[in-house]
Amino acid sequence: MALERLFRRRRAQGEARDIPELWAKCPKCDAQIYKKDLEHNLYVCPKCSHHLRMPASKRIEMLADPGSFEETTRLRPTDPLGFVDTEPYPKRLERYQREAGRPDAIVGGRCTIGGVPSILLVMDYAFAGGSMGSVVGEEITRGIEQAAQEERAVVIVAVSGGARMQEAALSLMQMAKTTLALDRLWARRLPYVSILTDPTTGGVTASFAALADVIFAEPGALIGFAGPRVIKQTIRQELPEGFQRAEFLLKHGMVDQVVDRRRLKAQVAQVLGLLHPARVRL
Amino acid sequence: MPLEFEKPIEELESKIAELEGFAASSGVDLSDEIRGLRERLARLKSETFANLSRWERVQIARAPGRPTTLDVIAQLMTDFVELSGDRTFGEDAAVVGGLARFEGSTVVVVGHQKGRDTKENIRRNFAMPHPEGYRKAMRLMDMADRFGRPFIAFIDTPGAYPGISAEERGQAWVIAQSIQRMARLRVPAVAVVLGEGGSGGALAIGVGNRVLIMENAWYSVISPESCAAILWRDAREAAKAAEALKLTAPDLLALGVVDRVIPEPDGGAHRNPQAALANLKQALSETLAELGALSPEALLEDRYRRFRGLGQFLEG
Repeated sequence: MALERLFRRRRAQGEARDIPELWAKCPKCDAQIYKKDLEHNLYVCPKCSHHLRMPASKRIEMLADPGSFEETTRLRPTDPLGFVDTEPYPKRLERYQREAGRPDAIVGGRCTIGGVPSILLVMDYAFAGGSMGSVVGEEITRGIEQAAQEERAVVIVAVSGGARMQEAALSLMQMAKTTLALDRLWARRLPYVSILTDPTTGGVTASFAALADVIFAEPGALIGFAGPRVIKQTIRQELPEGFQRAEFLLKHGMVDQVVDRRRLKAQVAQVLGLLHPARVRL
Repeated sequence: MPLEFEKPIEELESKIAELEGFAASSGVDLSDEIRGLRERLARLKSETFANLSRWERVQIARAPGRPTTLDVIAQLMTDFVELSGDRTFGEDAAVVGGLARFEGSTVVVVGHQKGRDTKENIRRNFAMPHPEGYRKAMRLMDMADRFGRPFIAFIDTPGAYPGISAEERGQAWVIAQSIQRMARLRVPAVAVVLGEGGSGGALAIGVGNRVLIMENAWYSVISPESCAAILWRDAREAAKAAEALKLTAPDLLALGVVDRVIPEPDGGAHRNPQAALANLKQALSETLAELGALSPEALLEDRYRRFRGLGQFLEG
């Protein structure tokens, strides 16, 4: 039952569907794709260019210069409120940790990107839908502070359902904490590039993710403050086609470019190269 | 309309009033009976009000007759000049603000504004701002900085409005910008959670050097109803969600999310607004006096430190 629900949820969220182990199916055009090919193509459907969700570790491989990444994230979550809904939060955490293979919904560290010394922080949707609690907020804050100290650029890949309910007000406060940290970076003229991927909503959009010097969004990504379901319930109307998608955000002036994932690294590197005060030539 | 848990109290009160009326008109001596009932009423009140559940406090935070931002301004300040509009798109009546004097000195105030009746609530969108409301708040923050005056924000919103127009105009972006703008204030900034502190829509004007909260206000990442709808798949489980979210003033004080709890009269501010506002006045006065001693740089550093320390985790 639980398994079935998990499977259904994954599909609805646009993950690659498991047919036999070696093959995946594009959720948009139904094309059968050899998994190795999909991975080589950065989880973009070779037939229709639909951007499937990409594992956090693959994001790092894609963005950091080869061999340059040195992980610094290491915090573990706790249960400050003793939160229990249909099950205790610590039990949920154990399950998320097992599923995602990491302590919380973020991984990051030092690297170079196109030769520019950077801090790269990547949120992980596989862990509780990339929700932001104390660990995510603190790791992002530390990453930004570290970048300011070491004269590095900051690149954050956002993917998140928003602030984590099980840490309640403390999750909310991470929005303020991460936002305040950005000023340390800006005082030193260090660039910050935010990459919005599918989906980025709630407290993550409404804090550090929206406050970068340059904001890129992946094609088709759902990006917004309130989730579409909440909006539909509130206004009791159908939502317009393409609402809250990356292209909608571009049209309304909220992001700088919608960038195909296969061009993303080059585009990020170019911006960092233009803005970083001390670009290291490779 | 009494709140659910106030009903037995209201019933007893009206029974006493009835007996007193009868005694006066008929000349029958009922003083023993009335005294007995009064004692029972006092016991009932203290039992009810001393053991409020988190969900009951949420209801008090929403009670009609609870002081709103404009009530606070009218009662505690003088010379209020309301300033409107975001100079970009429009005027949002869910957020009010302007210039006023508090204890003789000019301050800049802003706050979410609920309506006193359905008609006003519709006009004010139930205190759920659109981006324009936050842009107005940011404009007022600019003004506080420009004139070196303290900035006071009153929080009372179920949340920022979740609608198509709000998303089109960048709800997430303005909330982030408002958090950032408030963090950058070079003047004393005080936020007071008056009633409801619903998520990012509340935090957008909540980045104070000090964050105060009324005793029966709530402040959290999500409303209990929405939390229940997601985690229990049933909005009717809101009482359980309220417990789990630890969203009351004493909870938040323990977590360090707020710095001071402002006491309310028994049963909540709506039962005696004057008493609640007197307590608020004292707290504001003391807080502004404390912050007034700090330089702009010290205020910035103080605000950074205050929020930097929030969160709980284990070193890996």
